[in-house]
Amino acid sequence: MSIRMPEPDSAVLAKRAQIVKALRTMVPGEGVIASEREMKPFETDGLTAYRQLPMVVVLPETTEQVSQVLAYCHSEGIKVVPRGAGTSLSGGALPLEDGVLLGMSKFNRIKDVDLANRIAVVEPGVTNLAVSNAVAEAGFYYAPDPSSQIACTIGGNVAENSGGVHCLKYGMTTNNVLGCEVVLMTGEVLRIGGKHLDSEGYDLLGLIVGSEGLLGVVTEVTVRLLKKPETARAVLVGFPSSEDAGECVSAIIGAGIIPGGMEMMDRPAIHAVEAFVHAGYPLDVEALLIIELDGPAAEVDHLIARVVTIANECRAVSCKVSTSEQERLLFWAGRKAAFPAVGRISPDYFCMDGTIPRAQLPLVLKRMKEMSSKYGLAVANVFHAGDGNLHPLILYDSNKPGELDRAEQFGSDILRLCVEVGGVLTGEHGVGVEKRDLMPVMFSEIDLNAQQRVKCAFDAKGLLNPGKVFPVLHRCAELGRMHISGGKLPFPDIPRF
Amino acid sequence: MTDILKPTDAKQVEDAVKWALGHDKALELLGQGSKRALGRPSQTDITLDLSGLTGVTLYEPAELVLSARAGTPLAEIEALLDKNNQQLDFEPMDYGPLLGNAAGQGTLGGAIATNLSGPRRIKAGAARDHFLGVTAVTGRGETIKSGGRVVKNVTGYDMCKVLAGSWGTLAAMTEMTIKVLPKPETEATVVVEGLDDERACSAMSAAMGSSCDVSGAAHLPDHVASYFDGLPKPEAATVLRLEGVAPSVAHRKDALAALMKPFGPVVILDEANSKALWKSVREVRPFAQSQERPLWRISTAPGQGYKVAEAITPAAQMFYDWAGGLIWVAMPFTDEPDAGSIRRTIAELGGHATLVRAPASVRAAVEVFEPQSAGLAALSKRVKDGFDPKGVLNPGRMWAGV
Repeated sequence: MSIRMPEPDSAVLAKRAQIVKALRTMVPGEGVIASEREMKPFETDGLTAYRQLPMVVVLPETTEQVSQVLAYCHSEGIKVVPRGAGTSLSGGALPLEDGVLLGMSKFNRIKDVDLANRIAVVEPGVTNLAVSNAVAEAGFYYAPDPSSQIACTIGGNVAENSGGVHCLKYGMTTNNVLGCEVVLMTGEVLRIGGKHLDSEGYDLLGLIVGSEGLLGVVTEVTVRLLKKPETARAVLVGFPSSEDAGECVSAIIGAGIIPGGMEMMDRPAIHAVEAFVHAGYPLDVEALLIIELDGPAAEVDHLIARVVTIANECRAVSCKVSTSEQERLLFWAGRKAAFPAVGRISPDYFCMDGTIPRAQLPLVLKRMKEMSSKYGLAVANVFHAGDGNLHPLILYDSNKPGELDRAEQFGSDILRLCVEVGGVLTGEHGVGVEKRDLMPVMFSEIDLNAQQRVKCAFDAKGLLNPGKVFPVLHRCAELGRMHISGGKLPFPDIPRF
Repeated sequence: MTDILKPTDAKQVEDAVKWALGHDKALELLGQGSKRALGRPSQTDITLDLSGLTGVTLYEPAELVLSARAGTPLAEIEALLDKNNQQLDFEPMDYGPLLGNAAGQGTLGGAIATNLSGPRRIKAGAARDHFLGVTAVTGRGETIKSGGRVVKNVTGYDMCKVLAGSWGTLAAMTEMTIKVLPKPETEATVVVEGLDDERACSAMSAAMGSSCDVSGAAHLPDHVASYFDGLPKPEAATVLRLEGVAPSVAHRKDALAALMKPFGPVVILDEANSKALWKSVREVRPFAQSQERPLWRISTAPGQGYKVAEAITPAAQMFYDWAGGLIWVAMPFTDEPDAGSIRRTIAELGGHATLVRAPASVRAAVEVFEPQSAGLAALSKRVKDGFDPKGVLNPGRMWAGV
């Protein structure tokens, strides 16, 4: 592990027994876990290269309990790491040695389904897919669909602002939540938003979504539901080069078509997937696009025809349109199994998550190939082509000395490249611990301090999920100070009326 | 006498804020002033006119992004997008005529700072949902960047969200990047005639709960129907917009008409009439004719929109957008916004109400924005203090002390 976490507080560790005892008065029975063996499952999340046993695990069942635990930790100066299902790929739920791990899994009720207003009120431990399943019979669904949707929870989705393959058309979590109940580190319970649109004042919900568990612990979420499209069909298109595939994506969007999903895979990814899933992907192409259109049949048929024409104009060498729901799902089965498929051909892999302006794709792929030979590690690419979100999978073997370090350096170089070409460090997986120390590549110290002042407004003692997102967490008193450099400035030289 | 400072670049904006900080001056941030009369009247010493920061700095239609300096006229951006068959999908409404100003003014910065949206809000979101990246000068006189120029980004806190809708109280935005989208090929509107408000809310709920992909749902009661363009007759109309490619619109129009038949007589508006109608909905046409009546903008759960109408005086005029979730209410007497009844109704039903229009003396005495719970108000104040601890940017525009 190459990332340094905050120094454990020896005073807190020294009174561990007392803390566990106090927590047991707030959360009864099996809700407080303190034995090493039972805490083991909580030592890591989806970023398994990083492991750390927490000081204690607490699994509250009510908002009142969350409030009590946080208020107690706040007054005692104890750090708290919130956790949903632990599927984070950036280490967002990595425990701290001197911290309480607050698992929200028991918040698993769907409290209200209100189809007249097209919303559901759910607890944060409900899985993403369970929300859609609960309303499926009435023909509704919850739009954001991260690949981990069977396991990941709404609370985690809110923390990470999760996306999915359909977010170019339907938005990310932030575009699909209307309200929440949140407990601040002080134990104060706030309700933000509701069944209505927009905020009455500052968009605090917009800040909380994507805050990676650093601002508050969400105990209830109001999500928007959409009616399922009447039908969906997919086209599988192979290209002799990634440039051609990229041009096809631009041409589709340029023609005013926003597909429900538009995914690209490069040659190594196609081969890994086809060997695993046998989805019928062409093996003699450099790039493959899956383009899905959804809506009424009349619309889908019309647009599919236009997409096929565009693909052929962009030098497609193979083009297959799904003719049944079964075939459409098979096309997707390959893409959805891309990570495990790569896991089959390599002992370990790192999944990166940068976003780039799409026009830069050929350059980025070329530079990535160069890096691949420099580091002696293979890379396979899957790409949310519509929105420029790139997932390079770096293949390595942690049993070979030095490979993990090389893989991490390779990953960092890719993310620096994303920023260099006008993109960003993370499109949907979050900063967490994984990309924390790269934040200065994208932000100046002034930018980061401004973000930390938002943190201060929610959690002045910096006790909630420290060590994530920010390379250095400044004390709020220090950040609050004003240095008025313009104090003695003459009137600035600005046109005046 | 108020001085006006008109910077021509972002550096001058930073200089101006630094100077104001050093000399304990409060700044009023201004674009073209189309929404200047909205909000609490605040005591400022100097106007910081940002309308000199103009120009589109990046536009890549195939990447669906556009960057422009904050003072760029919205009209210029919309014209440029139109040439490329694209649009601002959040369909920003125009406060100008409601507040006694000319139509068609306003800047991109103003649209974002007030989180504008229009009828398509229910499908496409508001300005906040299309706001990808920003450069801004905080009340500390520091220039910050947040977000980026790509549509998918979760790097760091989403500072764009808190700046959208902050009415210039946190930072002076100097440049922003937004997501733009293709214009629909065509549109049509399904009109259900003669419904009362409650029945109209049910009809809109049924339409929104169908797979017809409705992109605008409004109810225009009898007493205001004559103000709207494109309607076949000046009587209560529940209007549902469908946009997309021609074969799709044709199919959904029939499906939606069949679904609406049980509610009342159904009429279809063609593309031209549909466009005219939604332009007048977007412009809040009935209440833009004269500025006499105090005007409220209420956001609530759509299914119960009609209950708001039941709770307030029958002398008020109103109509519903956002499938019943947005209610424009014009009160009958010039100096009497009747805030008490509005606030009580919202406290009971949930949502929020903004006093969009009233004389300055009234806006000084009555809360313009929805009062918040003590906890939320304190948190908002702490957020403000983080950005603008000395209160140099639009102090008091939203709430006293913020």
